[in-house]
Amino acid sequence: MQTSVSIKDLSLNFGSVKVLEHLNLDIAKGEFIVLLGPSGCGKSTLLNCIAGLLDVSDGQIFINGKNVTWEEPKDRGIGMVFQSYALYPQMSVERNLSFGLRVAGMPKAEIDQRVKRASEILQIEPLLNRKPANLSGGQRQRVAIGRALVRDVDVFLFDEPLSNLDAKLRSDLRVEIKRLHQRLKNTMIYVTHDQIEALTLADRIAIMKNGVIQQLADPHTIYNKPVNLYVAGFVGSPSMNFIEGTLNGPTFTAADGTAIPVGTYDFVGATSGSTKAILGVRPEHIFVGEAAADMPFKTEAEIEIVEPMGSETLAWTTVAGVSVTFRCSSDIDIHAGDKIQVGFDIARGSLFDAGTEERL
Amino acid sequence: MADTAVDTGRGAGNTGRRGFLRKTFLHNVPAKIAALPMMATVLVVFIGCTIWTVYYSFTNSRLLPSGDFIGFEQYERLFGTSRWNVSVWNLVTYGAMSLVFTLGFGFLLAVLMDQKIRFESAFRTIMLYPFALSFIVTGLVWQWIMNPTLGLQGTMRNLGWESFTFDWIANPRMVLFALLIAGLWQGVGFCMVLMLAGLRGVDEEIWKAARVDGIPTWRTYISVVIPMMRGVLVTAVVLIGSGIVRLYDLVVALTNGGPGISSEVPAKYVYNYMFGAGNIGQGLAAATMMLLTVLIIMVPWAYLEFGGKGRRS
Repeated sequence: MQTSVSIKDLSLNFGSVKVLEHLNLDIAKGEFIVLLGPSGCGKSTLLNCIAGLLDVSDGQIFINGKNVTWEEPKDRGIGMVFQSYALYPQMSVERNLSFGLRVAGMPKAEIDQRVKRASEILQIEPLLNRKPANLSGGQRQRVAIGRALVRDVDVFLFDEPLSNLDAKLRSDLRVEIKRLHQRLKNTMIYVTHDQIEALTLADRIAIMKNGVIQQLADPHTIYNKPVNLYVAGFVGSPSMNFIEGTLNGPTFTAADGTAIPVGTYDFVGATSGSTKAILGVRPEHIFVGEAAADMPFKTEAEIEIVEPMGSETLAWTTVAGVSVTFRCSSDIDIHAGDKIQVGFDIARGSLFDAGTEERL
Repeated sequence: MADTAVDTGRGAGNTGRRGFLRKTFLHNVPAKIAALPMMATVLVVFIGCTIWTVYYSFTNSRLLPSGDFIGFEQYERLFGTSRWNVSVWNLVTYGAMSLVFTLGFGFLLAVLMDQKIRFESAFRTIMLYPFALSFIVTGLVWQWIMNPTLGLQGTMRNLGWESFTFDWIANPRMVLFALLIAGLWQGVGFCMVLMLAGLRGVDEEIWKAARVDGIPTWRTYISVVIPMMRGVLVTAVVLIGSGIVRLYDLVVALTNGGPGISSEVPAKYVYNYMFGAGNIGQGLAAATMMLLTVLIIMVPWAYLEFGGKGRRS
């Protein structure tokens, strides 16, 4: 696999504040990478460094094998889409798309051809003569993507492009960005704090916290085998249920004394003796009724709250002294106060060391 | 659809007139009562006095207003007076330079100020300080500074630089520039603050987008940022322009129109004829000409801005 963007040992400080520290990231050609994390985790900063909008303190950035650490943004072969669209408000859509090319002195015929192609791909041809003020949010963001598209670059950078849109438009445009990626096959680096966007769009997700990449993996691995407690808690909605306790061989003993057999769990490395640990189980890996019977751990629990969501039902209960959420089919008829059998699918759960918070 | 609309209109006609009156005069009465003093001021002071001014500019009023019409005689005399013609020419020259340089320097300073510099608020205060002074004070201060014997020139010569010359204030050909220096010193800071507010209103991401697009900084200012600052620019031009037209106190304090008549301005001409020379008719004719000039500039602009295609979005 050819590398498209390569970040080597990148550090960035604002005065004494270290925003990024010795960060390494290799992105393959045509890959869709999502940088995911809460605000202030350094994901946008990293994107700005790749774009060349921020000067790095240390380290190097390569794009298509060329060291661009000190290149101007325009010479890096990138196009960027911003959260606030950042369209030039006094110019028509057509001017917005072509302005950069005009300033660069490109022949008129080629500009026209590129604008035509971009507006076809994004279906904004009828809007070309309008001003940004007369466009809806979704249309504006398309134009912003178009402005990156006409640059004919290898790498697209998206800085929370959908965060200013309402929920419906966001999911529509999300699909369109995915379609765009499949069609153009460019490398795309996408920053978001929305885990649904990350999980649906990414080939690989980099989860960041305090300027450090916690885990870099495909969405399936991120979701099912989080490397640490932070990733496990950040990804997934409703979030993973955590039970604190002690791990002793194949048995996990919860704080209230409930013993949970974890023999089916696929340990990363060998564990010895008794360790303080945290057991994490996703809401959809808790089963009720007959399905619970086959599970390695099952118990009787009383339903406290039921939230029917249409396609599925969320329910709150207490297991091993801890409040636990689970998800089940909306066909199952449950009500608050019901006592039902719940079973944990331990093989698909996660165990973390309580001290290091790393996956066991 | 059209028929119904017409019918409704006709049906409402009879009762509608009363409804219209009630709506105009009785709707929201307290607000209208509160606005009465200002309405009276506008009617009496602005419109009334303007009509009075124009009316008496066609009479031979001297120390006191008189009703003897003499047609355009005052105007003929006005444009036959070299002092008036010099005044007008001075104002045009000063005004053009003042407008261009105030906007130019104001914008440049604002741009420099916008570079995330240290002690920005301190600089801003220093720049804005002259604006807090009256023109009389500004004029006096600069009169002392530019006075050839007492001011900068005298000081430099006393220090040993015998050939140093800075006598614009006493030089009929340069005195307008002396006025300009004082005027800019007073006005640029305020313009800068206005422009700075405009620059701050431009989204950071616009700048980032322009950098990714490879647009040079100066080009971004000209093609993207300045068009976005249209509102601020209009405000600045209106404020600077009104300051230019009523230019009077600065001239009185700095040069008193001298040397000779080389720095006379229309407002001073009006004042001198009305209250000094006791020739009201002549002063009012000059005042009417000033009003006419402002209208000639303002009306087309107001039409473009507010009329034409209806309200702008």
